[in-house]
Amino acid sequence: MAGKSKDTKIQVGHRKSFGQYFRAHWQLYAMIAPPIIMLLIFAYAPMYGVILAFKDYKVSLGIWNSPWADEHGLKNFIRFFSNYNFKECLRNTIVLSVYSMLVSMPCSIILALSLNYAKNLAFKKTVQMVSYCPYFISTIVFVGIINMIFDNRSGAIGSFLFNRFGINVLGNASLFSSLYVWSGVWQGVGFGAIIYIAALAGVDQEQHEAAIIDGATLLQRIWYVDIPAIIPTAVIMLILNMGGTLNIGYEKILAMQNQNNVAMSEVISTYAYKVSLVSTFPDFSYSTAISLFQSLVGLILILVTNKIVDKLSGQGFM
Amino acid sequence: MKITQDKLVYFINYVLLTVFLIIVLYPIIYIISCSFSSGDALMSGKVKLFPVAVTLQSYRAVFKYQSIWVGYRNSFIYAIVGTVISMVLTLFAAYPLSRDDFRGKKIFTVIILFTMMFSGGLIPTYLLIKNLNLMNTMWAIVLPGAVSAYNVIVARTFFDNTIPKELQEAAEMDGCSDFKFFLKIVIPLSAPIIAVLSLWVIVGLWNSYFAPMIYLDSQEKYPLQLVLRRILLLSQINLNQTSIDPEVIRKNQYLGEMLKYGTIIVSTLPLMIVYPFVQKYFVKGVMIGSVKG
Repeated sequence: MAGKSKDTKIQVGHRKSFGQYFRAHWQLYAMIAPPIIMLLIFAYAPMYGVILAFKDYKVSLGIWNSPWADEHGLKNFIRFFSNYNFKECLRNTIVLSVYSMLVSMPCSIILALSLNYAKNLAFKKTVQMVSYCPYFISTIVFVGIINMIFDNRSGAIGSFLFNRFGINVLGNASLFSSLYVWSGVWQGVGFGAIIYIAALAGVDQEQHEAAIIDGATLLQRIWYVDIPAIIPTAVIMLILNMGGTLNIGYEKILAMQNQNNVAMSEVISTYAYKVSLVSTFPDFSYSTAISLFQSLVGLILILVTNKIVDKLSGQGFM
Repeated sequence: MKITQDKLVYFINYVLLTVFLIIVLYPIIYIISCSFSSGDALMSGKVKLFPVAVTLQSYRAVFKYQSIWVGYRNSFIYAIVGTVISMVLTLFAAYPLSRDDFRGKKIFTVIILFTMMFSGGLIPTYLLIKNLNLMNTMWAIVLPGAVSAYNVIVARTFFDNTIPKELQEAAEMDGCSDFKFFLKIVIPLSAPIIAVLSLWVIVGLWNSYFAPMIYLDSQEKYPLQLVLRRILLLSQINLNQTSIDPEVIRKNQYLGEMLKYGTIIVSTLPLMIVYPFVQKYFVKGVMIGSVKG
């Protein structure tokens, strides 16, 4: 089958048997073996571990020997879906990831367009370099900085907002999502813009020249030439991001969480972490069920969106 | 009419970018200024843009704070060891996959790509680390994420696009083995992608705190981020000065506050120094990454 397909233009005519090929190129297999073994151990072995979700894990019995959970092994899932935390976690997860997707993408595009039309090269380079800078700040330090700046007593912005408008940014749960999303923009917009800058660099200059001759203004050129040129990239980014809707980066959320905002900041992954590794009565099976639910939804979203990408542009990623 | 409108747009664009520049820079300058200000000025919120009552006390406190330097050393070791392991494995996986003649390419690609879409999750991974006896060791931090499917695909795409097929065929004719070709030809031609991927891995390792938090028990193994977490987020600062004298307590409170700002600067500095050198490869790296196979 493969012998006739397109990828064998060199080998046609003298296709060797696999044994011969292997003898000549065993080094390639020796090279790929270690990474594959690493993946089998650290990525695939835990996949086997998800059967925990259908069991009643007892530390003394191990994964395999622990008894199956009640309700045909679905007890842990039923418990999660009927838990009052479920709706809240799901809502928070979706709100945070959709909100951040909707905000960060336009911001990245606007920054890319702005940079594209900054004529002064030195200025442009400076802005670009500075825009990457926040990306290298660690989650812990970043959250530390947020806490310092928005402190309502000693923080420069926090004290201003508190004294002027009576807004306590850190103590207000309803502001959590905005704080999370806009601080995320601050940190990631420079990096997010790179892909659109590259897309803009690929715009045919003749189109711009033709538009200028036709008397188009700069804004019209941006609207009718540049925007259509970056839409394919934007659509693919949007769809790819949708696959990860539930897999929101929990490290930052966990670090930002406090007593005041927990109602808005508890997401599925932080909840799964808390019922297992933090709780005084750790429930590993329950936590695994929660993670499994999240992974499965993620997998379905990725496969569905991949289909959509395929339909739209003919270039799905598999 | 048209010209004036365009000029106006260009002007507004510069204003926009300048505002953006200020928004990005302000928090950074603010933190730097705070790190040079006195504890009293910090606690009362007097610092707005420039340092108030300039002092180097916060840096002195940082240099005297033992666990920061232990964390520094640990993070350094984890980042270097982890990056070397990760890069070797990534390049080893990527090169065979970039070869058109490689038999089994499809199966290996699927094995690698599937890990991007589905994972066992927190607890199964945690139990695995426990069963492998990796708890409280460096390996629990550097090994699980060493092979990233995304990085493998990026490296593979790079090889695919930059290593001429004819070169490999010619080398094969001359009796050059695959590994020798990889080492002598492929690697030297791949400096840009190695630089970008290494930077990503280093940043990831240097900045991660979750894996160390759940896998490491002993404090002498804590990487910098966990030490920072105690100082910045949990405010557990140990200045080794116990006293009931309110004056000393107040002074320590000030010192603790100053310490926070000093540690932020000291811990973020290494990456800030490195990234401008690799910056020119960013666009390349991100572009290759977006064109998946």
